[in-house]
Amino acid sequence: MKLFKLRGGVHPQGRKELASERAIRVLPMPDRLFIPLQQHVGAPAQPLVKVGDHVLKGQLIAASQGFISAPVHASTSGRIVAIGDYAAAHSSGLAAPTVTIASDGDDRWLETDSPSDPFSLSPEEIAARVGAAGIVGLGGATFPSAVKLSLSRKNNVRTLIINGGECEPYITCDDRLMRERASDIIEGVRLIRHAVGAVDVMVGIEENKPAALLAMRAAASGTEVKVIAVPAMYPMGWDKQMIRALTGCEVPADGRSADIGVLVHNVATAYAVHEAVRFGRPLVSRLVTVSGGAVAEPGNLVVPIGTLVETLFQYCGGFSEKPARLVLGGPMMGSELFSAAVPVVKGTSGVLALTAREIGSTQAAPCIRCSSCVRACPVGLLPLEMAAHIRAGNSNAAVSRGLKDCIACGCCSFVCPSHIPLVHYFNFAKGELMEQERGKLKLEATKKLADERMARTQRIEREREAAAAKRKAAREAKEAAAKLTQTITEAA
Amino acid sequence: MITAMTSLTILGAILGLILGVAARVFRVEGNALVGELLDILPGSQCGQCGFPGCAGAAQALADGSAPVTLCPPGGRAVAIALAARLGVEADVSGVKDAVPMIAEVREELCIGCTRCFKVCPTDAIMGAAQQIHAVFREACTACGKCEAVCPTESVTLVPVSVTLHGWYWPKPV
Repeated sequence: MKLFKLRGGVHPQGRKELASERAIRVLPMPDRLFIPLQQHVGAPAQPLVKVGDHVLKGQLIAASQGFISAPVHASTSGRIVAIGDYAAAHSSGLAAPTVTIASDGDDRWLETDSPSDPFSLSPEEIAARVGAAGIVGLGGATFPSAVKLSLSRKNNVRTLIINGGECEPYITCDDRLMRERASDIIEGVRLIRHAVGAVDVMVGIEENKPAALLAMRAAASGTEVKVIAVPAMYPMGWDKQMIRALTGCEVPADGRSADIGVLVHNVATAYAVHEAVRFGRPLVSRLVTVSGGAVAEPGNLVVPIGTLVETLFQYCGGFSEKPARLVLGGPMMGSELFSAAVPVVKGTSGVLALTAREIGSTQAAPCIRCSSCVRACPVGLLPLEMAAHIRAGNSNAAVSRGLKDCIACGCCSFVCPSHIPLVHYFNFAKGELMEQERGKLKLEATKKLADERMARTQRIEREREAAAAKRKAAREAKEAAAKLTQTITEAA
Repeated sequence: MITAMTSLTILGAILGLILGVAARVFRVEGNALVGELLDILPGSQCGQCGFPGCAGAAQALADGSAPVTLCPPGGRAVAIALAARLGVEADVSGVKDAVPMIAEVREELCIGCTRCFKVCPTDAIMGAAQQIHAVFREACTACGKCEAVCPTESVTLVPVSVTLHGWYWPKPV
């Protein structure tokens, strides 16, 4: 098949062989699981359990709220021992509402109904089951999958693309999943196709994963699913890049892929859909890559959601040398972790322990205007210009140069010969603009409140005066009447 | 005597008439800019800027006698909006980031006097006599009126704690 030309991109060292050649291992159930209530884009889930309750594996512990949200399920059977703030898997080190479960060791599943033939279910029913299973985009974006399914059906999506790009260095969980669970993934893909009514189905896999390509091609033969090798480059796993490579279409700047009739899901999401619809199993575990030069035995583990990152490192033989940096996700887009005592969430594709040698020097020097970043940017932006404006405190100028289209892939920072932390500038500016936006919204709301209060106090004042005037008139009328009576009596 | 009184009365009447007509004909419709600036300001009439209410502040801004960064509860967003409306350059980066504050009731000290409840310009305090009051965080502009009237120092302004939702990377050095 003809592939289309791509813009930008870089070729970082893969270092995937550290973890990719070892078969998937299942992490033994830890004693305690810390399950955050918000592991997805949208409104946080509302807890349904109390401290002391006993729950089964797969039981709903927090319900989704609002249109864009996802429910959360217990990852094992056990007792709820705490509901409250716990450190989140985030660079800020801040806490987030979390449900803590003490495992009872039985790991007993909740009995659920599963259809004998999932393809006999209606598309709406599949979307509902995917939503109820708490499935979110497992490629890292964590957008609730059911919302995507129902929106795609409404938008008449014709092409379904399954993203097996996995372009982040070190991360190999999708690779391993495709090698070992190919037929389950293909069934998940066919279920998604059934749910959205797509005509074309393509699985894009980077050509640096020959074993995964082979396994997926074998599993897809005889089905309507086409497995296609795409060039190995970063960020191939960016959904819009994958769309461009396979269809030649570009998603408009402010648009979504549904605008051009395409739906993109990750291979791990397709696998989760299969588990949920075929077996009625909600998303309570995921495959996580544990890798990095400091890890003794890197590999891919099936990890219950809520397991602490430090447990993963311990299971992988601990550290062979002192790690210089812990990273959540891949080295390009992941975020630095300052503590390993944080839980794995639905969006955690990997945890890395990198040595000082691997992270290299980061001393920033002045920009030499070589424009390497411009050539590397897959979106077609001018990173050097945007960063210069942000450094000068003019974030709005950066917005007019396309800051909001920046996907923070890190290509610009990667190629910069001066080691300027370009993406850091963009993330800072995006956060700052978001804060301003929130401030503006709050101001509008409070202004309305202030105006309403002003109107109310004035009305009350007016009513009081009116009431006083009425009382006065009544009193005078009464006095006049009394006077009249008196006069009449006197006259009589 | 009569002549003097008559002529003065007539003079007064005529001059008064002229003044009355002039007041109507040459009436000036306030400064339109003041109204627009007033729309940008929070409207909580807290007086933290040193002017009597938001109207006074808007007037001072229109005259150019006050900087656009005068409004503490409005914060950076208001300063930027004011600067844009007035067409002036404002260094908002340094000025704001006086940490955003929010009112908080310390329940063990609250005596349920309803004073703060009565002065809150945005109805951000919930309460009734003899009941412990509480603050609606999303409605509080940190104007500080409640703190000023509280007899037991139960209501205080505290810095807004950073949440996971609002956190972002600091500017690179």
